[in-house]
Amino acid sequence: MWRYVGKRLIATIPILLGLSVVVFAMMALIPGDPATAILGSYATPENVARLNRELGLDRSLVEQYLTWLGNLLHGDMGRSYALNRPVADEVFERFGATLVLAGASLLLCSVLGLMAGIAAAVRQFGWTDRIVTFLVLIGISTPSFWLGLLLIMLFAVQLRWLPASGMFAIYGGGDLPDLLAHLVLPATTLAVVATAVIARLTRAAMLEVLRQDYIRTARAKGVSERRVVYRHAFKAALVAVIPVIGIQAGFVLGGAVYIETVFQWPGIGRMLVTAISTRDLLLVQGGVLVVAASYVLFNLLADVAQTIVDPRLR
Amino acid sequence: MATVAATAPASRTRGGRPSPFGLLIANRLSALGLAVLAVIVALVLITPVLPLPDPDVTEPARRLLMPGEAGHLLGTDHLGRDLAARLLWGTRVSILVGLSATLIAALVGSLIGLVAGYAGGTTDSALMRGIDLVMAFPYILLALGIVAVLGPGLLNALYAIAVVNIPFFARNIRGITLGLSRREFVDAARLSGAGHATVLFGEVLPNVLPTIVVTMSTTVGWMILETAGLSFLGLGAQPPQADLGSMLGEGRKLLFNAPHVSVIPGLMIFALVMAINLVGDGIRDVLDPRLKSGALAAPGPATAVRRDRVPDAPSPGTVLTVEGLRTEFRTGDRVFKAVGGVELALVPGERVGLVGESGSGKSVTALSLLRLVPTPPGTITGGRVTIAGADQLAAGIDDLRRLRGGRVAYVFQDPLTTLHPLFTVGDQVVEALRAHQPLSRREAEARAIGLLERVQIPSAAARFSAYPHELSGGMRQRVCIAMALANDPELIIADEPTTALDVTVQAQVLKLLRTLSEERGSAVLFITHDFGVVSELCDRVAVMYAGRIVEIGPTAQVLEAPAHPYTARLIACVPVLGEPGRRLDAIEGLPPPVDRLPPGCAFAERCPVAEPRCREGDIALDALSADRAVRCVKPLRGPA
Repeated sequence: MWRYVGKRLIATIPILLGLSVVVFAMMALIPGDPATAILGSYATPENVARLNRELGLDRSLVEQYLTWLGNLLHGDMGRSYALNRPVADEVFERFGATLVLAGASLLLCSVLGLMAGIAAAVRQFGWTDRIVTFLVLIGISTPSFWLGLLLIMLFAVQLRWLPASGMFAIYGGGDLPDLLAHLVLPATTLAVVATAVIARLTRAAMLEVLRQDYIRTARAKGVSERRVVYRHAFKAALVAVIPVIGIQAGFVLGGAVYIETVFQWPGIGRMLVTAISTRDLLLVQGGVLVVAASYVLFNLLADVAQTIVDPRLR
Repeated sequence: MATVAATAPASRTRGGRPSPFGLLIANRLSALGLAVLAVIVALVLITPVLPLPDPDVTEPARRLLMPGEAGHLLGTDHLGRDLAARLLWGTRVSILVGLSATLIAALVGSLIGLVAGYAGGTTDSALMRGIDLVMAFPYILLALGIVAVLGPGLLNALYAIAVVNIPFFARNIRGITLGLSRREFVDAARLSGAGHATVLFGEVLPNVLPTIVVTMSTTVGWMILETAGLSFLGLGAQPPQADLGSMLGEGRKLLFNAPHVSVIPGLMIFALVMAINLVGDGIRDVLDPRLKSGALAAPGPATAVRRDRVPDAPSPGTVLTVEGLRTEFRTGDRVFKAVGGVELALVPGERVGLVGESGSGKSVTALSLLRLVPTPPGTITGGRVTIAGADQLAAGIDDLRRLRGGRVAYVFQDPLTTLHPLFTVGDQVVEALRAHQPLSRREAEARAIGLLERVQIPSAAARFSAYPHELSGGMRQRVCIAMALANDPELIIADEPTTALDVTVQAQVLKLLRTLSEERGSAVLFITHDFGVVSELCDRVAVMYAGRIVEIGPTAQVLEAPAHPYTARLIACVPVLGEPGRRLDAIEGLPPPVDRLPPGCAFAERCPVAEPRCREGDIALDALSADRAVRCVKPLRGPA
């Protein structure tokens, strides 16, 4: 078991390196000459050459990559010229907020998706099943950014139950209840699509498992139907559902870009959108890299969870 | 998906295969999606000739009109532009962009998939590692990165969305191609001297096309949604150009005083994507039914029972009495009479073999006794099963549950699939104990280890925490037997318990069953297709054919002098040690399909001595002697 986890941990290293190459290459591929862009009207040939040398841009791409990677490993992601502060500081500060949002969503979609999927499978072709199937269809077809707007209109503007934006109240906020109140709408909105996907898959996995011989064995032993469904069938279905939850982590982290924009959540997604508009490319680079790396780790967690459930994988 | 529930009846047309389009329309939800999609597409196509205002003409005096005001059907936006016109033009752009992104992703992705799957080896692994790398990024994040590099703009957003969707195509197509490129027709084409490109595009591509279409139809909705998303963030369509996403993005700023500006384009995206998803699901179900998940029904806790008449209670003194048992499977409008009226009785401690070819209904009979036949499609349509003095076909689920694994225990055929793969074998035995006895966990564990020892599992205490996949087939079957013995059953129903095992292991397991049933006085109903096994274990034997018992009697007598021609042929099939010269006759022909049973004797078609009267009326199971009976108008020999 631990050997397997160790192996998987080692296997993530090439993935992370691959990610770093892609992110580096993306920035290197940008047309135009950075030095000229930075110097603007001061871009005399001498100045450009000097700045290129200072920035290390006169060396080969491989050399540049290795230097960049070395800096990265020391926590140096360069400096955001628009914010005039180290990229790493900004990225990690924002990332904390995104992690709160994405984590809450992931928890929500896993719990709701699994519950809905099981309920639908157990009452296959019944009303529960039809309602879940209908909601799943709506869930995967709804643009989350639009749903966010609708929820704001309803719960923040009309009913005034929940705050419409931000992570904390500007005055007097900052404690946990305040955070939770701000979290409800964005986390729910972000979870909708993932919940639908997980519910659909859980339903299918449960139906598949309930047809297996070992479920018949459990029934032939006289095990109660509750236990058959929630222990025997659910555990087997979980093996198929866990990797999908891992994949949903990617959709939630990505979808956070929209939701953070809609709800003014001070996370990394909103930072990225702003940074793209202001062409603050080092900030984009750092943000993309950190979110992508966290996704790799989410998938690693899903792998480990799957191994815990399924002894055949050990 | 459960859309199937609503659609199954319509898509079944008798005679002749319905066209794919017919099937799609027959799916009610897909038809609805198709209708909505057709309306939207039609509207978008005729937009240029519709009497609509110019979508880009601003009129500040008439800004933020509500829908219906001053001749603006859907109102105006913050610059006084007509929302209806903008909506239709924006939808045009969104559909066009989504479709283009899908086409690009399909083209590039399929090409990668085809080449990787066809070439195999290093080409394959290099391409697929690249695809893995793309998939290592969270979905939208990579698109953002690409837009960051290329700069905001509708075309760049299109490219970005196309790129992040390439992996779906590459992976799906590679999988199919990999399977196809090992098939004979591909080898044949290659051997005939065709070049790789010819083989790939001439032979492989046509077979991969349905998968490409399915992947397209299931991803195009996403791509429309995601390009709209990028525009919403201001990274896609730039003013004055507008798609649904950028309209929504502009409307967001007016959320509080003019909600209709953002609600309307959002509704359009929703309707469009939902319609496409419905059609996509329908296309997938038609072209690639294997992907249709959850279409088959999962069985409930007990077989449904629908009986017209209930036979009278039998005389006591048996552990099991079966009277007139009928079990049917219904699929569509065909009815398979798997069990067509079985009579059987077992006295305490008796071992009875139930023998027949596969499809003779012997396993269904065994499963019907405690209603373990899956419903749907199975239904018990007649008869009475008396165990512990009560009609179990009328029992409630709780009574049934107490009986299952308690008085009556099952041992099934394949111990690899009948044990739960994710629980230790010890846990599974413990569960069998605790389902019927009020034991603490600790007590149950001690008892379980004892049971594992009883079935001669070496170092039982250590094997307690083994998972099924860690044990051999014979060991697994011993675990199943231990589970069956857990609550000292009166009756063990063993459904081909040795069929999946090696011959030597088979003999050991048989011996074990025999010893245990003798020690505990449990009756055994032993289902098998093997007369050799019956002769070693069983006191009596019942022979089944096409869902009915055709002969029953003491094992030795039946083996010695079979009365039914079918029994005789079945016995002739058993190889005998030391008689290598003996001809092993397979019985010519096949059993009749149980949804179209002939009148009279079901074996008549294959019977060497059949006469016209064999094909008339119902033939009864007539007693030959006190303990023998046969269902034949001209039994081979008189009673022994």
